[in-house]
Amino acid sequence: MSEQESSQSQFDGPDLSGHFGPYGGTFVGETLIAAVEELAEIYGKLSKDEDFWREYDYELKHYVGRPSPLYFAERLTAAAGGAQVYLKREDLNHTGAHKINNTIGQALIAKRMGKPRIIAETGAGQHGVASATVAARLGLECHVYMGADDIVRQAPNVYRMKLLGANVISVDSGSSTLKDAMNEALRDWATNVDNTYYIIGTAAGPHPYPQLVRDFQCVIGREAREQSLEQIGRLPDALVACVGGGSNAIGLFHPFLEDEEVAMYGVEAGGLGIDSGKHAAPLSVGKPGVLHGNRTYLMSDEGGQILETHSVSAGLDYPGVGPEHSWLKDIKRVNYVSANDEEALAAFHQLTRLEGIIPALESSHAVAYGMELAATMKSDQNIVINLSGRGDKDIETVAKIEGIEL
Amino acid sequence: MSRIKQVTDNAKLNNRKLLIPYLVSGDPNLASTLSLMHGLVKAGADIIELGIPFSDPSSDGAVIQRGVERALAKGTQLKDVMSLVRQFREKDESTPIVLMGYLNPIEYMGYESFAALAADSGVDGVLIVDMPPVESGELHGILKSAGIDTIYLVAPTTREARLQSICGLSSGYLYYVSLKGVTGAAISDYGEIEANISRLRAYTQQPIVVGFGIKDADSAKAMAAISDGVIIGSALVDKIALLADQDSQDNADIVRTTEIIGLARKAINDLI
Repeated sequence: MSEQESSQSQFDGPDLSGHFGPYGGTFVGETLIAAVEELAEIYGKLSKDEDFWREYDYELKHYVGRPSPLYFAERLTAAAGGAQVYLKREDLNHTGAHKINNTIGQALIAKRMGKPRIIAETGAGQHGVASATVAARLGLECHVYMGADDIVRQAPNVYRMKLLGANVISVDSGSSTLKDAMNEALRDWATNVDNTYYIIGTAAGPHPYPQLVRDFQCVIGREAREQSLEQIGRLPDALVACVGGGSNAIGLFHPFLEDEEVAMYGVEAGGLGIDSGKHAAPLSVGKPGVLHGNRTYLMSDEGGQILETHSVSAGLDYPGVGPEHSWLKDIKRVNYVSANDEEALAAFHQLTRLEGIIPALESSHAVAYGMELAATMKSDQNIVINLSGRGDKDIETVAKIEGIEL
Repeated sequence: MSRIKQVTDNAKLNNRKLLIPYLVSGDPNLASTLSLMHGLVKAGADIIELGIPFSDPSSDGAVIQRGVERALAKGTQLKDVMSLVRQFREKDESTPIVLMGYLNPIEYMGYESFAALAADSGVDGVLIVDMPPVESGELHGILKSAGIDTIYLVAPTTREARLQSICGLSSGYLYYVSLKGVTGAAISDYGEIEANISRLRAYTQQPIVVGFGIKDADSAKAMAAISDGVIIGSALVDKIALLADQDSQDNADIVRTTEIIGLARKAINDLI
């Protein structure tokens, strides 16, 4: 734990009942209450247990390959013509994204709790792969719920999970996407609560998930902070990260929240454009409500029915967002903006061609907005964009959109 | 005295076990739900639990999910559920109606508006699946002021330390979830349920009714023998799935659909 986090701060949340201001909480059926309470108690102890964090850090270093570089993107900087552009290279982690920072941590909790069976939900398949990976590493049984539509869209990741020994379960209820996979995982958990640990993939869900996922992802921001001081000589002027559920963004932002001089931008998926209604940007245009265990901004119709979302990137295709982001929006500490499909695709190509780095479509949203922002900044300013994942998984999607047969 | 209390007091006095069917509002359409509600009362229902359709029913099994999807396909919203209760009240002043669902539609309507509209429409109780006591303070208070009971669930996993506070909060009756899992799953252990219910008796004088997994007259009878009554949901919704989506249902179809409740009534009455 850094000094930053041990001091008293308004950003130390959630409170004891798991709320960030009016957001967060424990909105689950009675059957799961004991399980989330037990997890909160155990995590309360583990979060202060040095042995636990030593084991976690060891895994991050030797298995995940951390620290990930803070890379100065010279040619992107020249193209933007403003601020100096740095990329936090989460794409270089084992399994190719930030997701494994969290799954390693939660699988270690599962192991300590003596739960032999883990379950997870997945949209694009990245969290499913990261869960299946750590399950293989720690010898746990793993079941991954995935929307039937996503299984078709993300076939390589489905096969990856199977290679890793996971059982992938197709979900065809509701809209057959990520939110429905999460409903089905909650049903499984209620049924098998005695022997099962649910690894939620983003900083959302009932307390204590938003807190513990954030804590596991904060390694991104802690490293970026140290690396900035070392490489730039001071803190960056702006941070940019994409926001679906928001785990990579909260991980980058949180260690900087008290640094008032650092501006922060969370980039939601604008889909076909915010005005089209076909997007996944609850913080930009949604209203607070309750879904999947927490109160947060949601995309919902007037009657409170959850709306289907759209984004070119399956990983951002979710109608809710982590509750801490909802609070950070309300208190105006973080700016929430959006980039649409077209802008993200342009950024995907730009980064690939200028730096030789193929970004995930999720991360491409952050790159798109980050480049726009950098152009408005001065050359003595610095911007850190979180490159949350690599884009190998997306090349088929991009080729298809562009009418190219592979 | 509230309608729920009248019915439950009366049942206690007459040694009658409570029979509470659950159905989804608007499945297959609102007019059919209204006919079914009256049919259920005729078949022997004491209280009706009326489901509020929600897009993400994460505590429900496949049968109720499909019922909810049918209702949502017809555009059934919370305000329509209220109109349905109002219509039901035109012909039935005595059967208590409990709305059961998830919190988000109520959040979007606003707690005050929801409570006022529910009271005005003739709703007697509310059970929100994803609103445990720790999160229910505000809405509970508003409902209480409007004269509406808030019913809470107790599950096999509920820790001893919480039983007292849940029993103290729940008004109308206490809903005991028979199993670890979702609605419509299979019950495995009656002995454990019986033990848990007798544990609960130490904390409450209210009726304890059992739901989840009661699928026919036999399981209704077995469960009623160890509790104050039973809730039948998935097994009824499974029958409703066979109804044609038309505004006017033949009386014979209503009778056939609600038959499971009549059979359960008879089986339960045999206990006495």
